[in-house]
Amino acid sequence: MSRFKKKSEKSLPAISTSSLPDIVFMLLFFFMVTTKMKEVTLKVVVRKPDATQATKLENKSLISNIYIGKPLPRYQNQYGDQPLLQLDDAFAKPKDVAPWVLQEIEKTAEFERSKRTVSLKVDREVKMGIVTDVKEQLREANALKINYSARKAAILE
Amino acid sequence: MAKRSAPEINTGSMADIAFLLLVFFLVTTTMEQDTGIQRKLPEKQPENITPPEVKRRNVFIVLVNRNDELLVNGEPGDINLLKDRVKEFILNPRNSEDLPEKTPTVIEGLGTYEVSKGVISLQNDRLTSFEKYMAVQDVLTRAFNELRNELASAKFGKTFDELQVLAKTNPEYEKKSDAIKKAIPISISEAEPKQTKSK
Repeated sequence: MSRFKKKSEKSLPAISTSSLPDIVFMLLFFFMVTTKMKEVTLKVVVRKPDATQATKLENKSLISNIYIGKPLPRYQNQYGDQPLLQLDDAFAKPKDVAPWVLQEIEKTAEFERSKRTVSLKVDREVKMGIVTDVKEQLREANALKINYSARKAAILE
Repeated sequence: MAKRSAPEINTGSMADIAFLLLVFFLVTTTMEQDTGIQRKLPEKQPENITPPEVKRRNVFIVLVNRNDELLVNGEPGDINLLKDRVKEFILNPRNSEDLPEKTPTVIEGLGTYEVSKGVISLQNDRLTSFEKYMAVQDVLTRAFNELRNELASAKFGKTFDELQVLAKTNPEYEKKSDAIKKAIPISISEAEPKQTKSK
């Protein structure tokens, strides 16, 4: 036993931490590069409904988002408190959806156009009227793949 | 003045600074992935074309009215019972006269399978809440997914969900999952809204 003790009593040279910043910086750059800041600033309140059958949407770059919900309190003076839809960063009317979607499709590479999906992020309290208008517009623009955005919920028996 | 060598800057705290930044980016990174229920909208029909006649027995009408109440085939329905009714409608296990017809179809990997002609017609009012609409969509999707799982378990010994996961890496399973999709297509039609009367 004493033999081991003797060894440990010898003062070990301290581990050099001078390369620690390098390691951490490497991690830092990795996260800086991969981080994608939120593309849009939400101006409407969207509390997604729950769905047990919700599945993951793949390929983020092929998804266009339409947000529908009540405007945030600070916009309510100007826009009222009725549900509105938001395309990119601005409020829009249902009739703006078709041109916007066509633009989105235009941006997609030719061979991936059929995969473009429109994700409807709708607040749970919104009435179906506005959603239906948007759906009609999407049919007009022939953007038929849609996704009703919902949170994944567990099945309750 | 005598030239003095400048003292070396202590780099010991460099790690702390870097860690701070690292933690910031870790926290702000959103790996959030969109989840939801995927659907395909019907194509826009030219106005002068009359839609093909569909036999009454082949349609299962689910109507959600402005008070978020359910009307299933013309009678008030319960959302908790909807799933089993849809499953029975699509399967038509006893070949009943008032449930949908089936067309025997040859499907690769499955042999001949009697594909149901049944269509679920989901109708809503402009004042139906999105939450209720999604709840019904969810139940309908679940009915179809369960049917697919049952068929896949019976034929391939794996549920449809498992097949889909395996299909990503193995084309053999992709064929199987495609076969299941063909055997039980998700036939939900989202009609344009109707004005329903409230009580």
